[in-house]
Amino acid sequence: MNNSMIIGQYVPGTSLIHRLDPRTKILVIFFFVIIVFFANSVWSYSILTAFAIGTALATRVPLSFIVKGLKPVWFLIVFTFLLHLFVSRQGDILFSVLGFPFYEESLIQGGTLSLRFFLLILFTSLLTLTTSPIEITDAIEYLLHPLKKLRFPVHELALMMSISLRFIPTLMQEAEKISKAQASRGVDFRTGSLKDRMSAVIPLLIPLFVSAFKRAEELAMAMEARGYQGGEGRTKIRALLFRKKDYIVFFFFCLVMAATIGTRV
Amino acid sequence: MKDRIEFEGVTFRYQEDAPPVLKDVDFFIEKGEWVAIIGHNGSGKSTIAKLMNGLLFAENGEVSVDGMSVNPDSVWEIRKKVGMVFQNPDNQFVGTTVRDDIAFGMENQGVPREEMVEKVAGSLRDVQMETYENHEPHRLSGGQKQRVAIAGVLAIAPDYMLLDEATAMLDPKGRQEILKTVRDVQEKSNMSLVTITHDLREIVAADRVIVMNKGEVWFEGTPREVFAHKDSLSSIGLDVPFVAKLTEEMKQYGVSFRKEPLNHEEMVEELWNLHSTK
Repeated sequence: MNNSMIIGQYVPGTSLIHRLDPRTKILVIFFFVIIVFFANSVWSYSILTAFAIGTALATRVPLSFIVKGLKPVWFLIVFTFLLHLFVSRQGDILFSVLGFPFYEESLIQGGTLSLRFFLLILFTSLLTLTTSPIEITDAIEYLLHPLKKLRFPVHELALMMSISLRFIPTLMQEAEKISKAQASRGVDFRTGSLKDRMSAVIPLLIPLFVSAFKRAEELAMAMEARGYQGGEGRTKIRALLFRKKDYIVFFFFCLVMAATIGTRV
Repeated sequence: MKDRIEFEGVTFRYQEDAPPVLKDVDFFIEKGEWVAIIGHNGSGKSTIAKLMNGLLFAENGEVSVDGMSVNPDSVWEIRKKVGMVFQNPDNQFVGTTVRDDIAFGMENQGVPREEMVEKVAGSLRDVQMETYENHEPHRLSGGQKQRVAIAGVLAIAPDYMLLDEATAMLDPKGRQEILKTVRDVQEKSNMSLVTITHDLREIVAADRVIVMNKGEVWFEGTPREVFAHKDSLSSIGLDVPFVAKLTEEMKQYGVSFRKEPLNHEEMVEELWNLHSTK
């Protein structure tokens, strides 16, 4: 089995963006998502686009990975654009093709909406591209901390996420083993109608579920034997640390936000 | 206060109407001692481990650790004193990396972070896994995962370490790794070791052996004394190792040994002795 199994789309690296505190990244993305909806002029869009593309380049993640992340939403972006182009009829007629009129306003609206969409997806995908899932988990646990007062099980949620991350490769290895074992007994996963293939998956899923439950039980016992009794009074070895570069990034991002607001019309 | 684990007349059953798994079991484990508990499947040996750690509680009789009775109130204190390594290397690995997993027990006890970092490094050294600190579990072999589990127990510095069939799911190489690690650990620290096994080859290095059969203590003594009972060992379902079988065969041919050989080296030595005194 692959030794460098990657969960999700994380691309390990050492760029500035990779080394930022995950909380910084999540907060910046959070405010970016909001600020995108404030942009309404050529300048403000230009600033945000430059910022997003600049950040994407700074991650030094190969472009193909970034494009792959955008793939599922390309259709949506294009669809939004076309919908606006054909359905809404505002402003002057710009030109017409084969008797179908294209309106200036709807062209602009479609364009900006698609651009917004593109910026949002691009920027948020940078988080999962440059941050390992466990770092994201830590950051989420920290950022959701205030909800603890409302009895929201923050620690439990984070633990569940980290245990899932821990067991995904294990269960994948196991699924592969079971599918080989079943294939050697004559189960055919690849040919036949969709229905046939669906029912071929059942002898794979059932043993996998049974073993997952068994694992869960043993894991719970091992955790208890090692003194686990909930999040109360627990310390953590993985520390999140705001460093100088995080503050610099925050400062820079504030400038970008200010510039975006300032260039609104 | 007695510094030892004590079982006094312990009876246990998993369900009320089920037959008891342990019947009136008495024994103790002294501080610094290495005790091997051996028995066939269903002899109650794993139940013993769980009773020592407070994962189960005795129905009758008393289990106590350093004079403290094991009950639901004392269980968190007990678990600081008694660390445990289980059979399945995968299902006891909690952390996403080696470092996280070793720290898990300390995190539960609220150990400050700086201290954890230090201790993780220390226990990794003890099990010779220094270069694996940031490895994920799926990149480790079974033996390496078990060594990480041992390191996790060492990090909380318990007085007793239980290994419940910790080598049963490993290949011969992994098993050797673990047995060597355990021996090193035992030499370096003053920790008591309790190894639970069904493999007679693994009791050789222990100070004392408790043989379990059908929920009762069947025999207690040094490994050498245990091997002297070969015939009856196989009658309770334990596989007698080759050296012991050979000894038995040779005795039938009138060869007498000065001491029961426990392994190949001792056997060879005995044979040389025989040869030179002929």
